[in-house]
Amino acid sequence: MSEPAYSPEEMMVVAASRLLDPDDVVFIGIGLPSKAANLARQSHAPDISMIYESGTLDTKPTVLPLSIGDPELSRTALAVVSVPEMFNYWLQGGWIRTGFLGAAQIDRFANLNSTVIGDYRRPKVRLPGAGGAPEIAGFCHRTLVLLRQNPKTFVDTLDFVTTVGMVRGGGSRRELDLPGRGPEAVITDLGILEPDAETGELVLTHLHPGVSAETAIAATGWPLLVAESLDTTQAPTAKELEILRALVPSGASNFAELIPAKGRGPGESPR
Amino acid sequence: MTEFLELATAVKRYVKPGCSVAAEGFTHLIPHAAGAEIIRQGIRHLELIRMTPDIIFDQMIGMGCADKVVFSWGGNPGVGSLFRLRDAYEHGVPHEIEFEEHAHAAMANAFAAGAAGLPCAVFKGYRGTQYPEVNPKIRFIECPFTGEVLTAIPSHRPDVAIVHAQRADRRGNVWMTGILGVQKEAILASECSIVTVEEVVESVDERSGGTVIPRWAVDVVCEARLGAFPSYAEGYYDRSNEFYQRWGEISKDFDGFREWMERYVVSTDDFGQYLARLKEDGYV
Repeated sequence: MSEPAYSPEEMMVVAASRLLDPDDVVFIGIGLPSKAANLARQSHAPDISMIYESGTLDTKPTVLPLSIGDPELSRTALAVVSVPEMFNYWLQGGWIRTGFLGAAQIDRFANLNSTVIGDYRRPKVRLPGAGGAPEIAGFCHRTLVLLRQNPKTFVDTLDFVTTVGMVRGGGSRRELDLPGRGPEAVITDLGILEPDAETGELVLTHLHPGVSAETAIAATGWPLLVAESLDTTQAPTAKELEILRALVPSGASNFAELIPAKGRGPGESPR
Repeated sequence: MTEFLELATAVKRYVKPGCSVAAEGFTHLIPHAAGAEIIRQGIRHLELIRMTPDIIFDQMIGMGCADKVVFSWGGNPGVGSLFRLRDAYEHGVPHEIEFEEHAHAAMANAFAAGAAGLPCAVFKGYRGTQYPEVNPKIRFIECPFTGEVLTAIPSHRPDVAIVHAQRADRRGNVWMTGILGVQKEAILASECSIVTVEEVVESVDERSGGTVIPRWAVDVVCEARLGAFPSYAEGYYDRSNEFYQRWGEISKDFDGFREWMERYVVSTDDFGQYLARLKEDGYV
């Protein structure tokens, strides 16, 4: 049987999805993490609890949300809590097992930058910033990082440390007294990297089908360590691709039809 | 006593140059009508406080309303950049703005501490990150009981809180449901508060769900139907993801942005006219 064709991004999302436990409790951002978690929920992990930082606990969207606070998320949630409750009780309190993270830059210890490219005060590019990331990385029991692998993203030195991974390696993360174990895997469009148990430095442990170690090394801005027994990721199955491609973005708003006729402002229309 | 005012009157009375203004709503119930009214009245030199600046602050920054912005995630959710915020930060356009940057946990805690009447918020944040190097308000203290090192930041105590809610009753009790963000905390932390609502009804309560903010914490209620657009009001209308996606092209170039704001916000009388014009021109 010939394997179905798929894109590198689909491979990345499928690989991330498989790392979620069947009953995982997972903190999700928008984009690829949201796709990965929704794929998991509709395949091997029907009991997964998905949490978005807007305060929606155990939400079951039928369409992919564009933002972390989409109506689809609150309407399908088991519970909706305030943002202080979300961050203090659920996240800092240690009730979330897996956190997904992305970034603009990553270093060899899986520390992340999503703040600026260039100087902090006068950057070349002002990025959105921290959001929930620093505390997701600190307090989820583990994190999974999803990033496309290229030399602009996989850099020798971060322009800014927004979020810590294994810090400077060795026991340096332990010194910060963070309850979470930190990054467990970095899933890219080329393969999977995992921190070495001793040194904390990322090691390439899996390549996606058809990708060479040389390609991954060339896409990395530091001398990338490669595991002695390098595994090949299993290609996405037809079933996984079917589910993934059926995940559609949330639909059009009903807003336009609610706007009153020209010139009549809010409060002026009859009730 | 809660007063019922026209939005323009409320903004004129409470939002003064030099004020700190928290306009909250986490993706949901963002008080866009009030933001547009502040722009329309040309109020400047504000300290703007919001976890996610979103389009509401992008517009206010680009129109020169802000001297300072306090925030924790400055992107266009699900889309990409907020170009006016970026232009101000990267190039000082239209003028230099002071940015005080936090993470979400810190902002949420600063509002909660303000609501609780505390001078500072204590939590376990920012460990190992570079934020304490660039934001002198992030400090570390020792727990007097365990010796654990904890993070402290000053609480938020804005002059004015502005939020949008689904309903208020005729006495001024405010009712909201869905994602509530830090809206209650922002109201309780602030010196005074303006709440815009979709509709004023006979009475509200929590027996059938939702959250009520009692009237003595609310200074002003203004009716502003559809006032969260392009954000949404659960039970009333959905988020206009299309408008969020189009905001990039509207705002990318400064001159184009100013022309657009002139046509839709500055030269319209109120938010209803703004929406009607957006509809005429196919933006919604």
